[in-house]
Amino acid sequence: MATPLLLQAEHVAKAYAGVPALRDGRLSLRAGSVHALCGGNGAGKSTFLSILMGITARDAGSILLNGAPVQFNRPSEALAAGIAMITQELEPIPCMTVAENIWLGREPRFAGCIVDSKTLKRRTRELLEGLEFDVDPTSPMHRLSVAQIQLVEIAKAFSHDCQVMIMDEPTSAIGEREADTLFKAIRRLTARGAGIVYVSHRLSELAQIADDYSIFRDGAFVESGRMADIDRNHLVRGIVGQELTRIDHKAGRECTATPCLQVDNLSRNGEFQDISLQLRQGEILGIYGLMGSGRSEFLNCIYGLTKADSGSVTLHGKPLPIGLPKASINAGMSLVTEDRKDSGLVLTGSIVSNIALSAYKRLSTWSLISARKETRLAEDMVKRLHIKTSSLDLPVASMSGGNQQKVVLAKCLSTQPVCLLCDEPTRGIDEGAKQEIYHLLDQFVRAGGAAIVVSSEAPELLHLSDRIAVFKGGRLVTVSSDTHLSQEALLSLAS
Amino acid sequence: MNTKTIVAPITAAPRNRLRLSLDRFGLPLVFILLCVAMAFSSEYFMTWRNWMDILRQTSINGILAVGMTYVILTKGIDLSVGSILAFAGLCSAMVATQGYGLLAAVSAGMFAGAMLGVVNGFMVANLSIPPFVATLGMLSIARGMTFILNDGSPITDLPDAYLALGIGKIGPIGVPIIIFAVVALIFWMVLRYTTYGRYVYAVGGNEKSARTSGIGVRKVMFSVYVVSGLLAGLAGVVLSARTTSALPQAGVSYELDAIAAVVIGGTSLSGGTGSIVGTLFGALLIGVINNGLNLLGVSSYYQQVAKGLIIVFAVLIDVWRKKKR
Repeated sequence: MATPLLLQAEHVAKAYAGVPALRDGRLSLRAGSVHALCGGNGAGKSTFLSILMGITARDAGSILLNGAPVQFNRPSEALAAGIAMITQELEPIPCMTVAENIWLGREPRFAGCIVDSKTLKRRTRELLEGLEFDVDPTSPMHRLSVAQIQLVEIAKAFSHDCQVMIMDEPTSAIGEREADTLFKAIRRLTARGAGIVYVSHRLSELAQIADDYSIFRDGAFVESGRMADIDRNHLVRGIVGQELTRIDHKAGRECTATPCLQVDNLSRNGEFQDISLQLRQGEILGIYGLMGSGRSEFLNCIYGLTKADSGSVTLHGKPLPIGLPKASINAGMSLVTEDRKDSGLVLTGSIVSNIALSAYKRLSTWSLISARKETRLAEDMVKRLHIKTSSLDLPVASMSGGNQQKVVLAKCLSTQPVCLLCDEPTRGIDEGAKQEIYHLLDQFVRAGGAAIVVSSEAPELLHLSDRIAVFKGGRLVTVSSDTHLSQEALLSLAS
Repeated sequence: MNTKTIVAPITAAPRNRLRLSLDRFGLPLVFILLCVAMAFSSEYFMTWRNWMDILRQTSINGILAVGMTYVILTKGIDLSVGSILAFAGLCSAMVATQGYGLLAAVSAGMFAGAMLGVVNGFMVANLSIPPFVATLGMLSIARGMTFILNDGSPITDLPDAYLALGIGKIGPIGVPIIIFAVVALIFWMVLRYTTYGRYVYAVGGNEKSARTSGIGVRKVMFSVYVVSGLLAGLAGVVLSARTTSALPQAGVSYELDAIAAVVIGGTSLSGGTGSIVGTLFGALLIGVINNGLNLLGVSSYYQQVAKGLIIVFAVLIDVWRKKKR
């Protein structure tokens, strides 16, 4: 091969308490290329990457960097060798500024101990401008949205002068326009001869950016090759291990004319202005918008997590009180939040207590919980949603992302809602789990429910929804019932 | 998904079960080992009389620790229980010496405690003052009010019926032990079997998720301080009866033993996990340590050092255990 190999890993293995998480991890990264690492949840990708970064110690296998064997015991050693990583879990220090977070531990200093904040700010501004990221260097992290935090995390990785960059789901929290900016930055980096290991569940993205691919399944390497030689179906087959039939979920779905949810002139200062929408029974309404378009804020406000400044929300002809999630639940509304760990689950709790959390009113008499009803509800949900677990009493923290998301959905369905609000319901979960969630949402509306789905993935919305509302800068641009729109058309409407 | 991915968690299950049972029985095991060691060191240790002593001495701290468990489960802390205890003890003793009945006296003490709890709850839940600061303020306020109430002097000459709460017996068992047992049983059941109990766990585990799930987060936060205050009030009544006088300086630094019992019992200071049963063992462990060191003739100066070390080690074991996961 003409181009030299930057990084080569072979037969890397790791077991936790006797259970193998990774049995045979392999990767050959060429200089100047983007290498897609594919696999479902639990395929061992994250374990493999954390071994590369020196976060986890490997049990077996070899890793060569520029032909020389390496053994990193901590991430700082990997960084020093020129390997940087953008992690899936965002770990900002909330009260420090963007600049301080990016240069944490390597601030420019006077006399070795006094932080040179002027240079710090200047460097950060140059870095962010170079990447074309729209983030203020002096703003504290806790003021940023999830997407902006993700951008800062990316910028931080770019600030290291590295030859190998590992990106674990870098676009899971950002919209398509930001993703395009990221891709441009990636191309600039590869042009310099750096190599990139890229992990994403968004397959369309991989076709766009990756040169090579490797597939992991059940903790072991399956195959690798040139991206140009294969198609999407080949990739899905490799990841899932079998042919995945793509069902047209919309086929034969009929929405009635009965309005389910009516939103009139809803406004909230600084978030969204004057939005009126109608959701009919039996339909899925998609909401598409770029980061900062006010789509999540709108959803949270309908549900009552925040208080609207003006406007009204009516569910089945009855007005909902403002700012009371409990009343919304009682009226038959339920919200799947954007970030399952932050606001969807109680991570310290068991699977059963998470599923039942919103439904205890129904499961108790005189506030005494019926353990029988609770267990039966959880068992039903586990069966209905194909949640994989050996016991209902295990903590949800031990589950994979896809299963956790199903638990959130189970919690929401437990309240027996008529109107389901979903904010990025498939964020960061694998293709198989995504299809299952599409199927569930479809079944839900076919059974007489109605759903709003917010997503930054245009193909997902086009596949799932009967109508698509496009948000831009806090306003509703249009509601289109033409779901044969192209992805580009949607994007141009939103930007 | 592929079948292989399903197999892995199932093979892991027996290990998980073992770990779960270790989590649940680790502390009782330590407790039993300590008791066995003590039984060999002192023949008096395993006598009925000595155990009644241990339980009676544990009862005050135990009652406080039960309330503290509720607070800590919501990620809070209540530093004011020692002061509330003194204030409530004085209030109930005053009512008792005025010649009102036993019921009125006890109610007055518990009511006084609950009211100070209401103030704590209001500061934390409605004014969003961090629990540490709010209850630190109450620690000082309640102590000051206790001294103001009777000009700094104790209340003695309590009626016999009142004293029975502290030194009386029903059958062979002291009244404070019975009160403690009833309190523990009730609050254990509430936490385990009621919707309110689940909400306490959920609020401490993830406030945002709890709110999204339609739980009145503020109400729950408010309520745990009222529970803690109410139980501190009850503990104050029992203590004043046991010491046969209500002292304004009673209960200084009792909050520390209560927190220690909760933490040793495995309740996480970061909220969301823990149990009353754990707290009971935590309180008993402290009781046995105090008693054992006394029996072994260790001076009270060394006792404090020993107790501190044991608390730190008990939590250290917990930290190690969690790290292994």
